[in-house]
Amino acid sequence: MSATGIGPDRNSPGQHASRLCGKAFGAVMNVPEVPMRWAQSRLSGGRLGWLFVAPNLAVFALFSFLPVVIDIWFAVTGGSELLPQDRPYVGANNFSDLLTCGNYTDPNSCVRDLFWYGVWNTLEFVVIQVALMLGFSLLTAVVLNRKIVGRGFFRAVFFYPVLLSPVVVALIWKWILQRNGVANAAMEGLGAKPVEWLLNGTWAFSWTVFVSIWAHMGFYTLILLAGLQAIPADIYEAASMDAAPPWRVFRRLTLPLLMPSLIVVFVLGLIRAVQIFDEVYVLTGGGPGTATVYLVQYIYTTGFAQSVRQYGLASAASLLLAGVLLVLTLIQLRGMRSGERG
Amino acid sequence: MANIAKMLTATRGRGRWDWTDWASYGYLILGVCIMFGPVLWLAASSLKSESGLSEYPPSLLPTEQVRVSVPGYASPLPLFTIDAGERAGKQLAEIRRIGIQAQMVDPADPKAVIRVPVDGRTKVMRVHAAWDNYTDLIAKFNFGRYLWNTVFITTIATVLTLLVNSMAAFALSKYRFSGRDAVFLIMLATLMIPPTIVLVPNYLIIATLGLTSNPWGVIWPAVATPTGVFMLRQYMLTLPDDLIEAARMDNASEWRIYWRIVLPLSAPALAVLAIFSVMWRWNEFLWPMVVLSRSESFTLQLALNSFQGELTTAWNYLLAMTVLTLLPVTVVFLVLQKYITQGIASAGVK
Repeated sequence: MSATGIGPDRNSPGQHASRLCGKAFGAVMNVPEVPMRWAQSRLSGGRLGWLFVAPNLAVFALFSFLPVVIDIWFAVTGGSELLPQDRPYVGANNFSDLLTCGNYTDPNSCVRDLFWYGVWNTLEFVVIQVALMLGFSLLTAVVLNRKIVGRGFFRAVFFYPVLLSPVVVALIWKWILQRNGVANAAMEGLGAKPVEWLLNGTWAFSWTVFVSIWAHMGFYTLILLAGLQAIPADIYEAASMDAAPPWRVFRRLTLPLLMPSLIVVFVLGLIRAVQIFDEVYVLTGGGPGTATVYLVQYIYTTGFAQSVRQYGLASAASLLLAGVLLVLTLIQLRGMRSGERG
Repeated sequence: MANIAKMLTATRGRGRWDWTDWASYGYLILGVCIMFGPVLWLAASSLKSESGLSEYPPSLLPTEQVRVSVPGYASPLPLFTIDAGERAGKQLAEIRRIGIQAQMVDPADPKAVIRVPVDGRTKVMRVHAAWDNYTDLIAKFNFGRYLWNTVFITTIATVLTLLVNSMAAFALSKYRFSGRDAVFLIMLATLMIPPTIVLVPNYLIIATLGLTSNPWGVIWPAVATPTGVFMLRQYMLTLPDDLIEAARMDNASEWRIYWRIVLPLSAPALAVLAIFSVMWRWNEFLWPMVVLSRSESFTLQLALNSFQGELTTAWNYLLAMTVLTLLPVTVVFLVLQKYITQGIASAGVK
C-alpha cells in the first residue's frame, strides 16, 4: 500500500459546502465522545476494545453467522413458509431429494434434475474456465513483466473489465452476440454462416466461459504480475550469465518462484468459478434449455424466482455448496501458509 | 568478450528486437482489441438511433437515414439514391411503400410521383449521434430514480463500512484485551461464508426487520467486510503507538484518539477501502435482486437487468443506460488506477 494518501484538498476553491458538511459530520462524530468517556472510566485496560469491535461483530453475527444456523434449520424443514416456526421438520429429506439419482451422470434420472444439470454444468465450467484463465493470466503477466513500452497502459486495459458490473459485462456481450450483432457480421465478412450464439447450447456454454474469463482475467493477472515482480532480478542475471535458454529459465526459475502466487490465484479462481452466477444469469438466463444453469442459479431460482419458493431445497443446496467452498478455502489457507514459508 | 556480446544482444527491449518482442506486442495489441474493443463498440452503438441499430451489417459510426422535408408532405421523408435506370444517381424521397414498389418524389419537383422498385435503391445515410437515447432515458424512464437509489446505497454503505471497519481495526491493532485474537479470527472466518451461501436466511432476517424493498436492506449486510477489517488492521499496526500514548498523556479520550489521530493517519488505507467499497456496492447484483422487489427501489444494475428482459427491442435505451452505468466506474478507475491496482496487488482483494 502506498504511503501517499488522497487527503482532502483544503485549498481548492468552491468547497465551502463540502467543508461545511464535513464540519457537521465532525460535530456528529464528536457526540460519541461523552458516552465513550463514561465507558472508558468503567472499563479498565483494553476491555474498551470490545466497544469498538461491537458494531462490526454485531453485523457479522446477524448477517453471516446467524444465517448459517438458519440455513441449517431451513435445510431440514420443508414447505414454502419463510418464518422458521411455521416450517415442518422433514429431517434429511431435502438432501436426499437433491441427491437421489437413478444414474448420477444423467440428470434426467434424478429427482431434482435441474440441480444435477447445475452440478454437472458447474463442474465442466470450473474445470475449463479455471484452466484457461490461469493460462491466459499467467501468459499476460509474463508478457507484461517484460520491458514493455506502455506497460501501465496495457496493464490498465487488461484490468479494466474487472471493475465493470456483471450486468454491464453481460449486456456488452449480449449486444455483440445477438443475431444481428457484430460477431455475426464478422462471421459473414469471413464468408461463414451467421450463428445464433446464445441459442445453441454448446456455443452458449463456451461464451459463458469466455465472458467470465474476459471479465475476471485482469484481477488474476495483477496478482501474478505482483508475484513476478517480487522475484529478485539477480536470479535472472545469474541465469543469463549461464546462457540458460529462456524456456528453461521460465520452467526452472520463474514457475517455482511464482508457485505461491499461482496457488492463490488457482484457489481464488476456483472459489469464484464455483459461485458463477451474475454474468451468466443476465447473458443467457441459464439457457438455452439447461445448457448454462449453474449451481448458484439453481439456488436462486429454487429459493426466489419460482412461484412456490422452496427455501428448504435452496438452503440444502447452498449447504452442499458451502461444503465445497470450505474445502477449497482450507486448501487456499494451506497454500498461503506454505507460500509464506517458501 | 563473446559472453559480453551475447549478453548485449540478449538484452530485450533495448537493442535489437527479437521474435519474442514481436510476439509480446502482438499479443498485447490483440489483447487491447479484445478487452477494450467491446466497450468501445458498446459506447459507439449507444449513440445510434433505433433505425441505425437495425442496420445490418452494423456500421462503425452512428448513422441514420437522411430525411428531407418536401413541400406538400407533413413529415420529413426518408431519402434514397436510385441505383439504376434513367434516374440512376438521383436522390428521391419515399412517400410510401406498396409491396415491392415504392412511391417516391423528387424533392426538387414535389408534384410528380415516381414509382421505383424497392430493391433498386439505397438509403442515403449520414453520421448522426442520437443523443436523445440519453436524454430520453431521463425523460421517459425512471432513470433518475434508479441512479438516486444506487448513489444512496453506495454512499451510505461506503461511509458506514469505513466507520465500522475502522473502529474494529483500531481495537484489533491498538488494544490488548482477552479474546482479541479470537475476534480477529472470527472476522476472517466470515470470508468462508460467501453471500451466495446465506442468501435465503439473510432474506429471512431482512424480511423480519421489515427491510425488503428498502435500500437499508442492501446496506446493512454490506457494512461489515472481513477484507476491510483485515486491510485497515494491517495498516494501523504500522502506526507508532507512541502517538497514542502521547495523546493519552494529554488526557484525550479513546474516542478522540481513534477519531482525531488514528483515522486521519490511516487515510491511505481508508482511501483504498473506500474505492473498493464503492465498486462493490455500485456493481452488486444478486443480493439487491433478492431484497429489492419493487421497481421503484431498483438500483441501476437491477433496472438494466429488468430492461433487458422487458424491452428486448429497445436496444438504443438499453445501450445508453449501460454506458451511463459503467461511466462512473470508468472515471473512478482512470483517476484512481494506481490505488486500485496497488490495493489489489498488496491485499489480494476484489
